[in-house]
Amino acid sequence: MERLIRDGSAVTETDTVDAWRKERLTEDYRSIAPRKERFSTLSGTEIEDVYTPEHVANLSYERDIGLPGVYPFTRGVRASMYRGRPWTIRQVAGFGRAEDTNSRYKYLLAHGETGLSTDFDLPTLLGHDSDHPVYSREMGKIGVAIDTVADTNALFADIPLDRVSTSLTINASAAVLLAMYLVTGEESGVAGAQLMGTVQNDILKEYTAQNEFIFPPEPATELVVDTMEYAAKVMPRFNPVSVSGYHIREAGATAVEELALTLSAGVTYLQRASRRGIDIDSVAPRLSFFFDIHKDFFEEIAKLRAARRLWARLTKERLGCRDPKSWLMRIHAQTAGVSLTAQQPLNNVVRTTVEALAGVLGGVQSMHTNSLDEAYQIPSEGAIKVAIRTQQILLHETGVADVVDPLGGSYYIERLTEQVEEEALSLIDRIDELGGLIPAIESGYVSRIIADSSWRQQEAIEAGRDIIVGVNQHAEEMDEATNQFETFAIDPTALEKQVARLQEFRRTRDPHRAGRALKEVEGAAARLTTNRMPFIEEAVRARCSVGEICDVLRSVWGEYPPSVVF
Amino acid sequence: MSETRHRIKVVVAKPGLDGHDRGAKVIARALRDAGMEVVYTGIFQTPASIVRTVLQEDADVLGISSLSGAHMEYTTEILDQLRQEGLDDVTVVVGGTIPTSDAARLRELGVAGVFGPGTPTAAVVEFIRSRAGRLRTAIPDGHP
Repeated sequence: MERLIRDGSAVTETDTVDAWRKERLTEDYRSIAPRKERFSTLSGTEIEDVYTPEHVANLSYERDIGLPGVYPFTRGVRASMYRGRPWTIRQVAGFGRAEDTNSRYKYLLAHGETGLSTDFDLPTLLGHDSDHPVYSREMGKIGVAIDTVADTNALFADIPLDRVSTSLTINASAAVLLAMYLVTGEESGVAGAQLMGTVQNDILKEYTAQNEFIFPPEPATELVVDTMEYAAKVMPRFNPVSVSGYHIREAGATAVEELALTLSAGVTYLQRASRRGIDIDSVAPRLSFFFDIHKDFFEEIAKLRAARRLWARLTKERLGCRDPKSWLMRIHAQTAGVSLTAQQPLNNVVRTTVEALAGVLGGVQSMHTNSLDEAYQIPSEGAIKVAIRTQQILLHETGVADVVDPLGGSYYIERLTEQVEEEALSLIDRIDELGGLIPAIESGYVSRIIADSSWRQQEAIEAGRDIIVGVNQHAEEMDEATNQFETFAIDPTALEKQVARLQEFRRTRDPHRAGRALKEVEGAAARLTTNRMPFIEEAVRARCSVGEICDVLRSVWGEYPPSVVF
Repeated sequence: MSETRHRIKVVVAKPGLDGHDRGAKVIARALRDAGMEVVYTGIFQTPASIVRTVLQEDADVLGISSLSGAHMEYTTEILDQLRQEGLDDVTVVVGGTIPTSDAARLRELGVAGVFGPGTPTAAVVEFIRSRAGRLRTAIPDGHP
């Protein structure tokens, strides 16, 4: 690229920038030294003072950037993006019993939330009933307790499931909850074909990040494939998997590692489906994705753009998907829980706003904004309202949603997008060399990557290289008065009521039908290529509980031992 | 002399179904880097399995990590079982998302220290050294 400068002689762009660096920049640094020894993204990628056309010289507009809604979708999955449909405001909620969470849903919808999302309690996530002898004490604490279809009926009471989409944040026992959602829909008059929503059901990241696994990776992954095949037939508007980087990032991975491990999981599910003889174009369009939006503003925008482009390339070029819908990466995103501080919690509103802005500029389809009190409790109603309002202000007041991919063409954003994509692809290839994601998980390789990155971030914070306002700079003595926001408490009688309902439910069902259904789940579990979903659906219809169905699967597949790598 | 001093042994434990292990792993690593011997139990432990590990490892310190809201129930039970096993001299610390009011109650129950979000690892290392180091001054190496 040649340009004419003042004296009329032709010089290259590089010469000009080099001259500027040598003269102007050095001169500036002579009078004012750089603020830091090394400038880098939150993930540690070194960044330059300024970005110019030379940084994007390798990129081709047609091949790498292009237009929104067009392969490789760098600029967005739809042509019109938020000018047409705004992103869905989807705040996750769940605590206590189904009735408690149902009231919270109604509160959220009344305040302008546009989609539902459910957090389950730990016993439900790990396939135990609320009357478990040891784990009952965790009932309803960090999510809603669901034992049977009586609970899912209460959870979605009065909510029009054909008009409101619902996300179910559950993994190890997801197949059971998916069947329960189907049955609850039917019992409220909505057929499977009309149900909209997503079940997280991304088991692979559980073994290295979120840690809510039951079975070993092999049978658990086959169960995910079962749900993909089943949903395509029975609940075609439902996303049976939300391939998730959020938890990987929160556990300490970098942006590049989050991206690589997530896409690697997506590829693994599709390869497993293909191995079972399933046409991957029948299941790939219903895979959705879930990413963290951390606090490095530009890196997160670049990550979301790179994610779409890389997924399009992998599905088209490596996996051979032919349906353009298979190339589309639809993204749900959540602001970074790990960036919140218990100290000076009002500051969390500012952090969350900036992260949410990155989500919008990165082109997400739905978003959860964290509440200011989430570093220490389930959000209070007042705090969650501010979180919803944050998204509404971004949408209606700031103009940031009025132009599609407004940062497209920025030298820095395009260069960073390219860098994140290249580095993520090289980690995906490294995992392939190790035999794929499942062997890389089983060998401890993935846990080691995440633990090392987490440790590096902790070191940077403790050495003061990473500044956290209110924690390692501008810290104050914890002032009880400033931290006295609305507190959140769970109904102390919840456990007693929940156990009573569960036991009543078991007493009034047809014991023969329930027993027979569990036997059939057991038989199907032993045959790895049989789709288990119809058997699990029958068990749910026969009024079996989450714990009973998961116990049967445990008896066949065993449990996966937790890692002690640190 | 430092080389004759007892090396502090710490069990870092995750009771219950809580999968949030980032903090536990970071603390385990910081304590190991500070020269302590560290055993990490992994997630999904019961009070009984944690107390068994403390006994088998002859640990000086037990660090309980909880971010699931069930810290009161599990810690109370672990402290009871430690007492039953005659392990009252083990220094117990708790870390995680512990509300201030619960932290005070945990101390009343016998927990030596409670560490919330944002605590520098150096503060935890120093606290454990001061507590566990003092306990072992009775070790006859002549250099308390």
